[in-house]
Amino acid sequence: MQEPAITPELIEAHGLKPDEYERILEIIGRTPSFTELGIFSAMWNEHCSYKSSKKWLRTLPTTGPQVICGPGENAGVVDIGDGRAVVFKMESHNHPSYIEPYQGAATGMGGILRDVFTMGARPIASMNSLSFGSPDHPKTRRLVHGVVEGIGGYGNCFGVPCAGGEVRFDPAYNGNCLVNAFAAGLADADKIFYSAASGVGMPVVYLGAKTGRDGVGGATMASAEFDETIEEKRPTVQVGDPFTEKRLMEACLELMQTGAVISIQDMGAAGLTCSAVEMGDKGKLGIRLDLEKVPCRETGMTAYEMMLSESQERMLMVLRPEKESEARDVFEKWDLDFAIVGETIAEDRFLIMQNNATMADLPLSELASSAPEYDRPHVETPQADPLADVPQIDAIDGLKSLISSPNYAAKQWVYEQYDTQVMADTVRTPGIGSGLIRVHGTDKILAFTSDVTPRYVKANPQQGGRQAVAEAYRNLTATGAKPLASTDNLNFGNPEKPEIMGQFVGALRGIGEAVSALDMPIVSGNVSLYNETDGQGILPTPTIGAVGLIAHEDDIIGTEVRDGHMALVLGATEGHLGQSALLTEVFNRDDGDAPYVDLDLERAHGDFIRENREYIKACTDLSDGGLALAAFELAEGSGVGVHIDMEDTPTLFGEDQGRYLIACNFDQAEALMVNAGQAGLIIHSVGRFGGDTVSFGHSSAPLEELSALYRGAFAEQLG
Amino acid sequence: MRAAVLVFPGSNCDRDMALALERAGADVSMVWHKETALPDGVDVVGVPGGFSYGDYLRCGAIAANSPICRSLAAHVERGGYAFGICNGFQVLTEMRLLPGALRRNAGLKYICRNVGLRVETRDSAFTSGYEVGQEISVPIAHHDGNYFVDPDTLNLLETSGRIAFRYTDNPNGSLGDIAGVLSENRRVLGMMPHPERASEPSQGGTDGAAFFDGLLGALAEA
Repeated sequence: MQEPAITPELIEAHGLKPDEYERILEIIGRTPSFTELGIFSAMWNEHCSYKSSKKWLRTLPTTGPQVICGPGENAGVVDIGDGRAVVFKMESHNHPSYIEPYQGAATGMGGILRDVFTMGARPIASMNSLSFGSPDHPKTRRLVHGVVEGIGGYGNCFGVPCAGGEVRFDPAYNGNCLVNAFAAGLADADKIFYSAASGVGMPVVYLGAKTGRDGVGGATMASAEFDETIEEKRPTVQVGDPFTEKRLMEACLELMQTGAVISIQDMGAAGLTCSAVEMGDKGKLGIRLDLEKVPCRETGMTAYEMMLSESQERMLMVLRPEKESEARDVFEKWDLDFAIVGETIAEDRFLIMQNNATMADLPLSELASSAPEYDRPHVETPQADPLADVPQIDAIDGLKSLISSPNYAAKQWVYEQYDTQVMADTVRTPGIGSGLIRVHGTDKILAFTSDVTPRYVKANPQQGGRQAVAEAYRNLTATGAKPLASTDNLNFGNPEKPEIMGQFVGALRGIGEAVSALDMPIVSGNVSLYNETDGQGILPTPTIGAVGLIAHEDDIIGTEVRDGHMALVLGATEGHLGQSALLTEVFNRDDGDAPYVDLDLERAHGDFIRENREYIKACTDLSDGGLALAAFELAEGSGVGVHIDMEDTPTLFGEDQGRYLIACNFDQAEALMVNAGQAGLIIHSVGRFGGDTVSFGHSSAPLEELSALYRGAFAEQLG
Repeated sequence: MRAAVLVFPGSNCDRDMALALERAGADVSMVWHKETALPDGVDVVGVPGGFSYGDYLRCGAIAANSPICRSLAAHVERGGYAFGICNGFQVLTEMRLLPGALRRNAGLKYICRNVGLRVETRDSAFTSGYEVGQEISVPIAHHDGNYFVDPDTLNLLETSGRIAFRYTDNPNGSLGDIAGVLSENRRVLGMMPHPERASEPSQGGTDGAAFFDGLLGALAEA
C-alpha cells in the first residue's frame, strides 16, 4: 500500500509545529515516511513527551528512604516494611471521557490498573477524582452517568475495590471534564518489574488482546484543545474490555513468578510505539519489530495504524528465550494472545518491518530523548486582594445550602455503583476522609486519599498547591495513618498561554514545598494540559493522590461519635472566608485569597494526632465548609446530633488550614488539652455531640431533616 | 470437611470465598474451569462471585456450559452440596440447578452496599447457623440481582420453605424480596449477598460468619 506523501497539512494534522518538523529532518537527515511521521508525532506530543512540563517536574522532591522507585517507570514503588511494597500512580483520561464518557472513563481505569500490575503488583485499591461542569449544564448529567458507569463497569469486573475519590462541579469544567484515575497494588519489594530491556537478540513478545484500529492518534488528540469539531474525534477513543484485563493481570503475575520476564511495559498512550521505544531506550538497545506477526483484530492494517493504535489490554515484554514455552503455556491457559513480534538489537535503531519492507528506520535513543522541551513563558498569578466585605448568614441556612449542593452532598449515588469490598480487605469504605484497605494476610492498613481545591489554586497557585498536599496529609492523618508518599495528576489549560503556565509553575512550587515539608515525596504522576474549549480553560486542578500506612489495625482512629462526646478543634480558627465553599456556593463570589498553609504547623498537628490517638474516638480534618460542614458530617455519619457553641459565619465556615475536629469523652479531652499545651499547640472545646438536632449557637434544625437533604441532593439533581 | 471453589477466568471473589471457608475450618481446593473433574472426596462446591467469562452475554450463561460445570451438575445429581454467591447464584440458575433467573436491577444501576436480610429457614446446611426470622446485615455488589421466577414455582418455593433469605428493604426489585433460594433437596443454595465479605470484625461486620460456620457444623454432622 502506498503511503501518503508528507505535506505541510499532514504535518500540522499530526500536531507537529514547523520547527518540530525541522528538528525531525535534522535528526534523520531525510524526509520521514508516513509511518515515521506518525511515530514522531506519537512520541513528541504533549501527553507522551511532557515537553512543556518537564522543566518544572524536575523540581519536585521524589526521593526518601521509603521510596523504592520514583517517577519514570509505570508507577511509583514505596516500602511498607516486612519485604512488601505499595505500587501506585494516578493518571488522567480527561479528553476521551468528555468525548465518550463510558469508554473514556473505563479505559482510564484500564490504563492505570495496567500501570500497576506491569510492575508486578496486584491491584488492591482504586480512587477517582472527577470534575464536571455546572450541575445544570445540559451536558453534565450525561457525563456524570457515563463516567461513573464506565469506572464501575471496568473496575467491578476487573475486581478492584474503590477506596475513595472526589466529585466536584464548577462551570469552568463545562467544556472539559476531568477523570483522574488512581490505582495501587501490593508487591514483594524485591520482585518489582521494570521496563528497561537488557541483552541483544532477546525476543520481544506481544501479550494480551489483539490490535485494532481503535484509538489511532489518541495521544495526539489528548494534546489539543477542543472546538466545535469535537464530535469528529469519537473514533480516537478506545474501547475497554475488563474481562481481558483481568486475565492479562492474572497471566502477567503468574508469568512473573516463572522468571521469564526480563522487562515489561504496558501499551498505553501511543501503544506499540511508546512501549517499544521506552524499553529500548531504558536498556540502551535497539528494537526490531516485524509487524506481520502482531495479532490483529482487523484485516489490512497498515504499519501506521499498528504503530499508533491504542487498542487496550496489551503488553510488550522482553523474554528470556529459554523460558518461551513456559511463558506461552501461561498465556494459553488464560486464552490470551502470545506472539514473538521482534527482538532487541545492538544498533541504536527503531526498525519497523512489515512483510520484509522497511516501514520505519529511526534512531531510537534520539526518538526517545530528543523530544522538544520548552521553557514556556509564564506570568505569576497576581496577588489576590483580601476579602472586601465578610458576609454573614444564619448558620443552619448556610449549612443547608452547602449540603444540598452536589459538591458537598453525600456521594453514595456515585460510590454505590463501585464495588468497594471485593477482595474482602476493605476496612473503611468511601464516605468520610480516607478509605482503608488491609494489607492482605497482615494487620497493616493502607490509607488512600485524593485531594485538591481548584478554586484555591486559581486564586493563589502556590498556596493552592500546598493545600492539595496538606489536605491529603490531614485526611491520612485523621485515620491514624502516617503519610508515605504521593502521586500528582496535574490538570491545566493551554500551556502556551503565559498566565496558564504561571498557574502551573506556581502550583508546582507549592506542591514541592509541601511534599518536602510533610515527607510525602512524589513517586509517580501525570500531566494533562490543553484542557480548554474555545479558549476557555478549566480551573487549575493539580490532584494529589496519597497513601499512608497504619502499622496495626488497632491503631486506626475511628469516625464513630456517640452521644455525650466532646467536640474539640485542633488548630487556630481565624475565620478565613476568601475562596471558601460558602462564598462560592451561597454568595456566588470567587473573591479573596486562598488560605495560607503553614507547613510546619501542619506537620506538628499531624504528629500530635498520631501521638495522641488513644485519646481520640473520632477525627476528621476541616476543609471545604469549615467547622460547620465537618461537625455535621461527623455527626450525621453516626446518626447523632451535634451542638457547636459558636454561630458567627467566619468561625463556622472559614477555611483556615491545619485544623482537625476531634470527638472524645471528657477525660480524654482533658488529656488532649494538657498534651497540646505542653506541645505549644492550640486546641479548643467547641461543643458536644448528642441528641437529635444540629445546632450552632441559637440556630438549629432536626438531624433527620438535614440528613435527608444531605443524602438526597446528589441523586435528585443528577440521578 | 473438604470444599472446592470453582475458578473461572473472570472470578474475583474466589479467594474471598476460600478464605471464609478456611476460617470456618474447611480444607479448600481451587478448581480451574477447564478441569473436567472435581477433586476426590469433595463435600461441598462453592461457585464464587465475579464476572465468570466477562458476562457480556447473560451473566453466568457461558460459565454454565464450562467443563467443570458438567462435573458440578453430576456432583449435585449425586446429592452433593453446592452453593453460589452473586455470580455463582447466576451460574446455578443458568445451569437449572436452582429455579428462576436474575435480571438487571430494577434501578438499572450496579449497587454495592450493606443490606438487611431476614433468615427465612434454618432447615438447610447453609442456614443452620441462624435463627428463623433473624435479621442480618450483609453486603451486596451486583448489577443483575433482580430475582424472577414464574408464579407456580414461586408458590412452590414459598410453600416448601425454599426461600433462604429475603431482603428487609428490597434493593433490586427481586420478586418476593427474595435474596437466596434452596433446591428441592435443600442441598444447593444460591444467594446474591456476600456473606464472605462480612465474616470478620475488620470487615465492619460478622453476620456472614454463621453461614460458613453453620455449613461446616451441619456437614460434620451429616
